Amino acid sequence: MTAQREMITHSANDVSVEVAGVTKHYRTAKSGPVHALDEVSLNLGSGEFVSIVGPSGCGKSTLLMLISGLIPVSSGTIKVGGKPVNGPVDEAGIVFQRDVLLDWRSVLSNVMLPVEIKRLDQKAHLNKATELLHSVGLTGFEEKYPSELSGGMRQRVAICRALVQSPGLLLMDEPFGALDALTREQMNLDLQRMWLRDRNTVLFITHSIEEAIFLSDRVAVMSARPGRIAEVLDIDLGRPRGAQTRSDRKFVEYIDRVRRRFLAQGILSES
Amino acid sequence: MSTASSIDLQPSAGARVWAWFTEQGAALGILLLIFLAWEAATRLLDVPVYILPSPSVIIVKIYADWALLMDNAWASLQEVILGFGLSVVVGIPLAVAIVYSRIFERVAFPLMVSLQTVPKVALAPILVMWFGYGILPKVLVAFLISFFPIVINTVIGMRSVEKEMIYLAESMGAGQLQTFIKIRFPKALPNIFGGLKVGIGQAVIGAIVGEFIAAEKGLGYLQLIAQVRLDTPLLFSSVVILSLMGVILFNIVVWVERMVIPWHRQITERVE
Ligand SMILES: Nc1ncnc2c1ncn2[C@@H]1O[C@H](COP(=O)(O)OP(=O)(O)OP(=O)(O)O)[C@@H](O)[C@H]1O
Ligand SMILES: [Mg+2]
Repeated sequence: MTAQREMITHSANDVSVEVAGVTKHYRTAKSGPVHALDEVSLNLGSGEFVSIVGPSGCGKSTLLMLISGLIPVSSGTIKVGGKPVNGPVDEAGIVFQRDVLLDWRSVLSNVMLPVEIKRLDQKAHLNKATELLHSVGLTGFEEKYPSELSGGMRQRVAICRALVQSPGLLLMDEPFGALDALTREQMNLDLQRMWLRDRNTVLFITHSIEEAIFLSDRVAVMSARPGRIAEVLDIDLGRPRGAQTRSDRKFVEYIDRVRRRFLAQGILSES
Repeated sequence: MSTASSIDLQPSAGARVWAWFTEQGAALGILLLIFLAWEAATRLLDVPVYILPSPSVIIVKIYADWALLMDNAWASLQEVILGFGLSVVVGIPLAVAIVYSRIFERVAFPLMVSLQTVPKVALAPILVMWFGYGILPKVLVAFLISFFPIVINTVIGMRSVEKEMIYLAESMGAGQLQTFIKIRFPKALPNIFGGLKVGIGQAVIGAIVGEFIAAEKGLGYLQLIAQVRLDTPLLFSSVVILSLMGVILFNIVVWVERMVIPWHRQITERVE
């Protein structure tokens, strides 16, 4: 499996992620330290799509922030592309849990923000931005302000913004959490299509077991706080996945397995 | 309303004026009623002009003394604009310093807040003693009282940036300066303009108070003269011109706001 993955991404530069024994305590002014993550280890091969599912507050966002280099670890090490992380990771494109669009910029110039900040070639990326917006059905909205968009549209803009610089590593924190079921399914298909084309390394955080299994090569299941990785599942389903995948017997079994894992942890309870 | 021209996205000037009238109609109507009642009352009750001149008398007075009023309005306007300008030029950078520097946050900000309780108007006589009868003390009073709302609103605006926005900029490799230019400052603009709108009104008050204390020119000065001469129509005329000046200045700030932050109007219109 690993060998196969390496074959796929032989041409791209290495953007593997190694998380080794990472613990995170938040210091808080009033209530003492919060133990958010405990000895978490997780590896992502270059070009691999890995999802994390887990109960609310288990430290999923924290893990993503640590990998992106935006906040420091308390102990343990994180490497991206073999290099230890200590500061914002350049190859990373991030989709935050909230869309964080800048109200004062048009849709297109929101998408172009990373290009502007990193002082990349404006012209070349302008085409890319327009293409990306087109691919998520936002053609004609380039000059609108975020306040004129629906929640789902805003989130799509945020995704385009993360993708415009063709990041080797894509970190997505519940990007579709606020979307209706139908839009969400469409976004899953769109994301898969883009990933199959670009083959970047993706860390995808979600509450939805189904979504995680549908999208990923592997799914990491986390336990409640302090967050640990309880289990990592290899998802052995063909690509591209589509509507028929959701009714595949194996797909249903994977869902069942994760669900039973949560039941065993007491995160889901039937009584 | 069903004509082809109303479908046009850019309504004609005439249509816009008409829309303005229909929107403001109630307010205008009430204002008109008040003036009519005022006019009627002064005539029917035979109120002496030195106590309460009727609107028509005031209008005639404004027309007759137009040159005098404008001459003094111009003097006041200069004080207001210089005082307000000084507030902007000093206030916004100070707000930036407060947001970015520990020392300013811990020392300058609390100091400023406690100084805010000093009635700045009470400082005017001192300023006159120091700086004489010229334009400077009025500019300083206008500055002193318009300064605080500008600083405080700018600080609030720049602090209102969500943590994720800063993270977003950092993740793209933005430094402090870029984060300021691309995130903090534009994010604060609606608040800054909120402060400017309060500040411009305060600056008018400051200039007039300065003139009350010692002046050789200006609408406040003209009021003092008129008061001594029991020229009540001139007193009222000064108030009218002063109010007009305030309204015009305020609307200039609103107009600039619309030019600078069109996106904000879209948000507020949505709320409406
Ligand atoms: N900046 C912070 N300061 C203090 N505690 C924090 C901070 N950020 C997160 N926490 C705490 O760390 C724990 C993990 O938070 P995190 O946001 O990573 O959870 P999550 O798994 O992303 O949850 P959700 O699914 O609800 O988004 C929570 O208990 C939270 O209260
Ligand atoms: Mg989260």
